[in-house]
Amino acid sequence: MLVRFFFDLRTAGVPVSLTEFLSLLQALEARVASCSAEEFYWLARLALVKDERHFDRFDRVFAQHFEGAERLFEKIIAEVPADWLKQLAERVLSEEERRKIEALGSWDKLLDTLRQRLAEQKERHEGGSKWIGTGGTSPFGSGGYNPEGVRIGDAGKRQRRAVKVWESREYRNFDDQREIGTRNLKVALRRLRKFARQGAADELDLGGTIDATARNAGWLDLKLRPERRNTIKVLLLLDVGGSMDDHVRVCEELFSAARSEFRHLEYFYFHNFIYEGLWKDNRRRHTERTSTLQMLRTFNADYRVIFVGDATMSPYEIVQPGGSVEHWNEEAGSAWMQRIAAHFPYLVWLNPEPEERWDWTPSIRLTQELVVGRMFPLTLDGLDRATAALRRKQVTP
Amino acid sequence: MIEGKSQSRFEGTERYIATGDLGMAVNAAVTLARPLLIKGEPGTGKTQLAIEVATALGRPLFEWHVKSTSKAQQGLYEYDAVSRLRDSQLGDPRVADISHYIVRGKLWEAFESEVQPVLLIDEIDKADIEFPNDLLRELDRMEFYVYETRELIKARHRPIIIITSNNEKELPDAFLRRCFFHYIRFPDQDTMSRIVEVHYPNLKRELLAEALGAFYKVRETPGLKKKPSTSELLDWIKLLLAEDIPPEALRSDDPKKAIPPLYGALLKNEQDVHLFEQLVFLNRRVR
Repeated sequence: MLVRFFFDLRTAGVPVSLTEFLSLLQALEARVASCSAEEFYWLARLALVKDERHFDRFDRVFAQHFEGAERLFEKIIAEVPADWLKQLAERVLSEEERRKIEALGSWDKLLDTLRQRLAEQKERHEGGSKWIGTGGTSPFGSGGYNPEGVRIGDAGKRQRRAVKVWESREYRNFDDQREIGTRNLKVALRRLRKFARQGAADELDLGGTIDATARNAGWLDLKLRPERRNTIKVLLLLDVGGSMDDHVRVCEELFSAARSEFRHLEYFYFHNFIYEGLWKDNRRRHTERTSTLQMLRTFNADYRVIFVGDATMSPYEIVQPGGSVEHWNEEAGSAWMQRIAAHFPYLVWLNPEPEERWDWTPSIRLTQELVVGRMFPLTLDGLDRATAALRRKQVTP
Repeated sequence: MIEGKSQSRFEGTERYIATGDLGMAVNAAVTLARPLLIKGEPGTGKTQLAIEVATALGRPLFEWHVKSTSKAQQGLYEYDAVSRLRDSQLGDPRVADISHYIVRGKLWEAFESEVQPVLLIDEIDKADIEFPNDLLRELDRMEFYVYETRELIKARHRPIIIITSNNEKELPDAFLRRCFFHYIRFPDQDTMSRIVEVHYPNLKRELLAEALGAFYKVRETPGLKKKPSTSELLDWIKLLLAEDIPPEALRSDDPKKAIPPLYGALLKNEQDVHLFEQLVFLNRRVR
């Protein structure tokens, strides 16, 4: 049963490995969890999931897989031998509570009532209510209390209904398909860092000094080296206006995150698609333009180029000369794009439109081809893939 | 039997409320001797957990606070080459024995402990991306090799390792596979009132109810940069008590007093304070 659960988790995109699965089995063998669905859920999640972003997926698979599994525990409990029950009760009760119960009657009486209660409960279940879900009359799961009316275990701790923990899907927000905040963006962009030592040697190189001193028969020989700096250079090209208005917030966040993260950051704006001109100030876009050719000459090939745009337009705007909605362009956008892609080997396109919709929009498919498949959604997960892609050179088409 | 239970199982302490799933996480990690990785919103008691586990189980605690400049090696040992160099130039006889210049790290100290210790590796995500990878073998086999003195250091007892992370960097898969993972959820109102009770047992019931109500209201304000968390709530209640504020002052139905007093303890940056004030102002106009 668990093996299938394991493979279902993998299919659902929770990265579970065999090591983790084995450690879950080991934990089960070591009796870390007692006989309750809730504890089993906690334990399985603890051992198998290593990132809260996957909790939601885990919850969904768990709910689907163990639908009705609570009933399994129920069956087991109906058949438990008496001393087992006693042991369990001893473990769950504090000394004080035990004394209270003893004052009310003997252990045997308690166990008798307990078993009787279990039998009743079973009948009631056949009537349709769930074992843990509703009444919580069982002494083993959550919300249990003993027949004389004294609570077993820590009352407050177990008030939450077991079944509901995974059904309530509280971790939905942590799934990484969600929208992103500046801080998360920074963390994702940080992976682009590449450190190198350049410039004046003004930092003491301790390792080098010791090494040189040792070679120098113990007489101090100071060694200096340049400071370590992030040498990644980034060129951001942002689509503004029109259909991009819906995505302004996320673009702003990306921009501000990138700004503080890279020392060498350049940016330009374009509208819908890239043609012969770009601009830096959106208010003076018609007067102060930089020609795309000049941009290509200014920035060398180690710049990481990140396009941000929804690429949603009429396909003519890409493939036809004069297709632009704003002005007459001598050359088609696709020609400019090919030029740029040939000049910059490190290039990605981030698209704020949801990835599922890409195949339905011809202009997105066209752009996808022009950037050689390096289009990623503007989500955390997409940004991760984009930064990974930016570390490798693109294969020229 | 009861005494035995309180020493081998962790179920929170007098000052620390552990929910059932957290208790289970700690117990599973102790039983199977796996490191336990703890994440959660800032201020939900991640670091405190290790301290409380050590107290509850009666174990010595070793704390290793990781910084952005920390290296994995520093947790094992450091070879103080500079002192040795200085001593050699001064002609100190100690210089002949290299072991005088090996400075033990937290991990080594924990390995040498007479009883099974608790080792806290705090904020592991602050360090370099490669940091966790450099600790793989040490955490797996609980041993490491000191090259300078050519000795193998083995843990006498596998320490209970608790690692906290604030999610600033992702941790490598190979590292994660070796850990158990628990995410401390933000406590619901019931748990929260128990937490407050543990810290301020003599708090008046009305004040607690009003304070919690106001607190969750602030937390639900959309668009806050940093939501107030448990530790901020506790600070705030401390202030309320110190200033002797009556529970009526917290009642938010009164539009004039809609901003909770001493809110500076809850909201930690000016944008949030500003946003909150604006929302309250808007609410007032609607009335």
